[in-house]
Amino acid sequence: MLLIVIAGTFFLLEAAPGDAVDAYLLSIGGGDPALVQSLRESYGLDQSVFARLWLYVTALFRLDLGWSVVFGRPILDVILERLPNTLWLMGSAVALSFGLGSALGIVSGARPGSATDRALSIGSLALYAVPSFWLGLVFSVVFAVQLRWFPTSGIETIASGKEGFARALDIAWHLVLPVAALGFIYLALFLRMMRAGMAEAWRQDFALAARAKGLRRHRIVVRHIARNALLPLVTMLGLQAATMLGGSVVIESVFAIPGFGRLAQEAVAGRDAPLLTGIIVVSAVLVILVNLAVDIAYGLLDPRVGAAEVPT
Amino acid sequence: MSQFLLTRRALLQSTTMLAAATALPWKALAQSGGRLIVAADSEPKNLNPAIVASNGVFFVASKVVEPLAEASFDGKDGLAPRLATSWEGSADGLSVTFKLREGVTWHDGKPFTSADVAFSALNVWKPLQNLGRLVFANLEAVETPDEHTAIFKFSKPTPFQLIRNALPAVTAVVARHVYEGSADIAADPANAKLIGTGPFKFEEHRPGEYYRLAKNENYWGEGQPKLDEIVYRVLPDRAAAAGALEADEIQLAAFSQVPLADLDRISKVEGIKVYSTGYEGLTYQLVVEINHRRQELADLKVRQAIAHAIDKDFVVKTIFLGYAKPATGIIPENAPEFYDASVPTYAFDVAKANALLDEAGYPRGADGNRFSLKLLPAPYFAETKQFGDYLRQALAAVGIDAEIVNNDSAAHQKAVYTDHAFDLAIAPPVFRGDPAISTTILVRSGTPDGVPFSNQGGYKNEALDQLIDKANETVDVAARTELFRQFQKLVAEDLPLINVAEWGFITVARDSVKNVSNNPRWAVSNWADTELES
Repeated sequence: MLLIVIAGTFFLLEAAPGDAVDAYLLSIGGGDPALVQSLRESYGLDQSVFARLWLYVTALFRLDLGWSVVFGRPILDVILERLPNTLWLMGSAVALSFGLGSALGIVSGARPGSATDRALSIGSLALYAVPSFWLGLVFSVVFAVQLRWFPTSGIETIASGKEGFARALDIAWHLVLPVAALGFIYLALFLRMMRAGMAEAWRQDFALAARAKGLRRHRIVVRHIARNALLPLVTMLGLQAATMLGGSVVIESVFAIPGFGRLAQEAVAGRDAPLLTGIIVVSAVLVILVNLAVDIAYGLLDPRVGAAEVPT
Repeated sequence: MSQFLLTRRALLQSTTMLAAATALPWKALAQSGGRLIVAADSEPKNLNPAIVASNGVFFVASKVVEPLAEASFDGKDGLAPRLATSWEGSADGLSVTFKLREGVTWHDGKPFTSADVAFSALNVWKPLQNLGRLVFANLEAVETPDEHTAIFKFSKPTPFQLIRNALPAVTAVVARHVYEGSADIAADPANAKLIGTGPFKFEEHRPGEYYRLAKNENYWGEGQPKLDEIVYRVLPDRAAAAGALEADEIQLAAFSQVPLADLDRISKVEGIKVYSTGYEGLTYQLVVEINHRRQELADLKVRQAIAHAIDKDFVVKTIFLGYAKPATGIIPENAPEFYDASVPTYAFDVAKANALLDEAGYPRGADGNRFSLKLLPAPYFAETKQFGDYLRQALAAVGIDAEIVNNDSAAHQKAVYTDHAFDLAIAPPVFRGDPAISTTILVRSGTPDGVPFSNQGGYKNEALDQLIDKANETVDVAARTELFRQFQKLVAEDLPLINVAEWGFITVARDSVKNVSNNPRWAVSNWADTELES
């Protein structure tokens, strides 16, 4: 499976006109023919795409991701440098949209059709329709440039010499705006799903039974309705996390955060097939881990899952 | 209402406390006049300016590694001494003698000597550097009679005028003791942690985040540098750079990183200044490249018609918002040594353009079109793309139907300079102080396929080629200058390409930054005298 992905990436970039030398020469403002030739040789671009693919795949089996043409450094180093930023940014954004989205979804779904429900639905859909770069820029202009509550960009204060908790606080402070910009957009997804799930659950027999038992509405909502509606959200969370691990070029650019999205964009612009493939391979591994976590969470949330294997 | 105020105050207090807790260290530094934070839009792969002579590299590296001479507004021949204190060419064009500055040390404490210059010239500039390979092609040896004299010996007469004009861009001197014995200097790890003689030492690079340079306490310049630190923050988004300037998180953005469209607004923000000077030595030219393999375009009358169809003043006013000049020819006005305004020019005249096309034998068809063209605007600048849209309309007015083909950078390079899959292309070549460095290659025939920013339009003109070749071996300054005057006249007459406009970039800075744009290549110069007032 991974091999197909790798080959696909290689051939796709091969199909894009221009190679790494074209991209590099542009960045340095040109060169003479001999330089062009020697660069192609040193990058191995004088070999066929199959030869390069074979080299890459055999190296990968030795867990060697290769050498980036765009950065002139080992790909593993480049990726590991960016990985924490991506995980922080995307993890927080997913957590925000999932947490706030499902919470508001519960509020919404507690009384489907009420005024609160309508207002929340409209608000979240409006946010969903907003392009992320616009929301990012608006946040930046209002909260960073005008109010100066948060920094306009960056992942942490430059060369601050901070360690431990102070550094974590600094990073958190820098991440507020980008996380909000990303998280608010996906908020609607979770909110709508939660609300729909709850509206559905209200009509089920157990809801009726709970009401007939004379349980307080609050308890019904939290213990019976919401818990049942949560399951599809967890599935969604797994899927969403997978998409978000690829990074967000737009938000990362607007807030100058060095993450996977920008890295992938630089790899494509520089026609760096090994780097792009490396990003994809690492992302794939992360997605597998996320799905594992989701499956485990399923077991915890829904006693039916996993119970089937226990002999009765 | 009172409740609102209360919460607002509480919110402000908590956030300012948070801000204070996290931002205090560098805020305090910046106010003491120490740390200048500037915006950078790219991170060059190879930061060694002796190997890669490009603006992106110089922007950072020119503060660390110095050239023999730097460009100057008032110095003799437009130069100011840096590592060389004087330079003189022999009458036969076979040698150039540099006297070097005494008492200069490398950042690692070792003394700077003529051996470093000889090593840089022979082992780096000549074999490895993108521009030096051309300028020093005939460099044979560098003699070092004493520690502070370097005599460059050429195998063929080499115009001293060219060497002199190239000094700021091609002569960044690196330390011999750092690179000697290196198997592959271009890939040496030392390139990522530069050692130079400049006013700032290279401290660290956090990829995707910033570069940090620190004051060189032992710099040879009296009382220099003024700054304690320079930090280059990587800000890929242009709107973000403007915002960071307004929030005073950065103090300077060069190379038009604040887009032209934002300048009007940002210039009105208190404490921000806009500089349109300081780029005279880095003139960019807006050029229409022509594929002469295309039968219609091989006809001079058609090329003249296209030139007449372009309203250069409109381009300058609307696309460049006035931050450019209409071009007269292939040599820009910013090169007064060579510039000749008396070349044939092509005034905006649609009627004349139409008449020329009729004359050339391309009447309008039933649909009003004479013929169709593929137009490839270079994607590197917003302005080149916008000019592509303008040119399409301008050509439509004279009955030429241009289809715009948009590519990303690498694809555009390949399409134009290797595959020749274009009829017209829009390019932004740079004039680098002397026409022989990167200007004659735009029209000289015989460049192999795949060389970017060269004549890939299949244009061949014996007379022009001869002029270029003669200028390359003419040692006498007056005679060589005269050859380039003829050269630009011939180009303007025969139109191998069409020069539309010339522009420099814009620097936007907080007014606390002093001595901005005080030389013609300021953004890529040493910044030893740059100050930050609190």
